[in-house]
Amino acid sequence: MRNVCAIFQKELRSYFNSPVAYIVIILFVGFTSWLFFRSFFIANRAVMRDYFSMLPWLFMIFGPLITMRLWAEEKKLKTMELLMTMPIKDWQAVLGKYIASLFLLSSMLILSLPIAITVASLGNMDWGPVIGGYIGAFLMGAAYLSIGVFASCLTENQIVAAIVSFFLSFAMWIIGESFVIFVMPASLAALFEYVGLGSHFKSIGRGVIDSRDLIYYFTVIGFFLFLNAKGIERRKWA
Amino acid sequence: MIEVKNVTKRFGATVALDGLSFEVKKGEVLGFLGPNGAGKTTMMRIITCYMPATDGAVSVAGHDTLTDSFQVRERIGYLPESAPLYLDMSVADYLSFVAKVRGIESGSIRDRIKKTSEMCGLRKVIGKDIGTLSKGFRQRVGLAQALIHNPDILILDEPTTGLDPAQIIEMRELIKRIGKEKTVILCSHILPEVAATCDRILIIVNGKRVASGTPDELTSSSGESVNITARIHGPKEDVREKISAMDMVIGCRIKETRGDGPATFLIKAKPGDDVGQDIFKMAVDNNFSLSELRVERVSLEDVFLQLTTKEVVSE
Ligand SMILES: Nc1ncnc2c1ncn2[C@@H]1O[C@H](COP(=O)(O)OP(=O)(O)OP(=O)(O)O)[C@@H](O)[C@H]1O
Ligand SMILES: [Mg+2]
Repeated sequence: MRNVCAIFQKELRSYFNSPVAYIVIILFVGFTSWLFFRSFFIANRAVMRDYFSMLPWLFMIFGPLITMRLWAEEKKLKTMELLMTMPIKDWQAVLGKYIASLFLLSSMLILSLPIAITVASLGNMDWGPVIGGYIGAFLMGAAYLSIGVFASCLTENQIVAAIVSFFLSFAMWIIGESFVIFVMPASLAALFEYVGLGSHFKSIGRGVIDSRDLIYYFTVIGFFLFLNAKGIERRKWA
Repeated sequence: MIEVKNVTKRFGATVALDGLSFEVKKGEVLGFLGPNGAGKTTMMRIITCYMPATDGAVSVAGHDTLTDSFQVRERIGYLPESAPLYLDMSVADYLSFVAKVRGIESGSIRDRIKKTSEMCGLRKVIGKDIGTLSKGFRQRVGLAQALIHNPDILILDEPTTGLDPAQIIEMRELIKRIGKEKTVILCSHILPEVAATCDRILIIVNGKRVASGTPDELTSSSGESVNITARIHGPKEDVREKISAMDMVIGCRIKETRGDGPATFLIKAKPGDDVGQDIFKMAVDNNFSLSELRVERVSLEDVFLQLTTKEVVSE
């Protein structure tokens, strides 16, 4: 725990020492507010469905931006060699870095709460789906980030890491979407819908938190963090 | 303290280490020497548990690097080649991160940082970002990082590359001082560095040991002869004959001289301490006057070149 904490602090410090964190947060909050309120005043209804429905796409871009440097930079600077020869277990390093990225995700979502408050003040908003939406958004974002840290450990080039994690996230999302499932044979359709990142987000977003959806996200996150730990162990067999 | 048994490391078709065995005793400073690509860094990475050997075993303070890697890692301070550091962190933040990971209690972290940064001459730059430091100071941060938990064993991979001559000397002094209490492995391909700081030297080429011993042992074992230059006033041929007749002398010739001044004799002799003395005595006994006597020892540099190039040629 001490090690996880030390790594977490180190990563957080370097997020906020550099402009990365600020840029990501400001861009995210600014961009989502703008996109949302642009159509909000046209529809003129106190719901946030449109807001949450654009998050899967935005996270696909912002997730890789957050995670791309986590391992790639260690490899590039060769600090990996020092990190891995200190008394830290691989999984502790993975977890510390991952939690730092979750912190950034949480900041993004918390700083976008004023959107919900604005909507609520303008009309009679049903908080159920909004709270569900935020929880779903956090879980989905967390899944994207786990894909992102894993991608980051595959290369020492941050740009490559970002591109790989974008396409992996995109693939994980798209396989469950209706236009892909539509062309699937019925037997596979249910499986694909379950594996896809989006369907669970939608079901949590309705305001019902089903343990199956939670289990799904925890499984995806666990799986990619496991791959991440294996990925940094790969140096041993090089 | 460190025991390396029959270690082989292959990277695909490349054999980086080929059945290497050696031992470092407690408190010893070992110079690990070899030309570029000899496998020094690879060996250090295996000892520090960064990667496992393909074959063979390494134990540190009785703990196996494969099965007991945590015990090993806790006892070692490591400065990798080119001192990799987080450039966006300040020196203080970085050292406190390392201290935390190294398990130093939060109460004594400040104190340890103060001690190590003093020892490594980092007081003035403690608040600066590592990215803004010069190469020499980064190297010192690397060393401070390796020393912060006061490890028994210190492994330094080319700690003086990129430093200016004054800093090199300073760094060597520092290593010498540290070497008094710790077990140290110092990797280098610079001979004077190793000769100046180490108790024992191990030379490897292509992943194999080619020589080991104290600096003195290495120079005397491989030197086949010493060269002596002497300027002696006296009948040239007579002097030459007298010198050639000595036990230790292999050959003697007269260097061409202009004018009548004293002749210079170039003498080749078997290694030993007393050749110079014998020549001096001979000159005194015969009433020749001696104006110069210089014994050129075989330098470690020669030994190193001889050993490392011989191997390459015979490959
Ligand atoms: N990760 C790796 N993958 C493939 N080959 C490697 C790897 N690391 C080292 N090698 C090879 O192993 C050999 C030994 O390399 P090593 O870095 O240990 O040499 P060195 O003695 O440290 O050299 P230098 O003095 O240049 O630092 C080299 O031929 C190198 O190319
Ligand atoms: Mg090296």
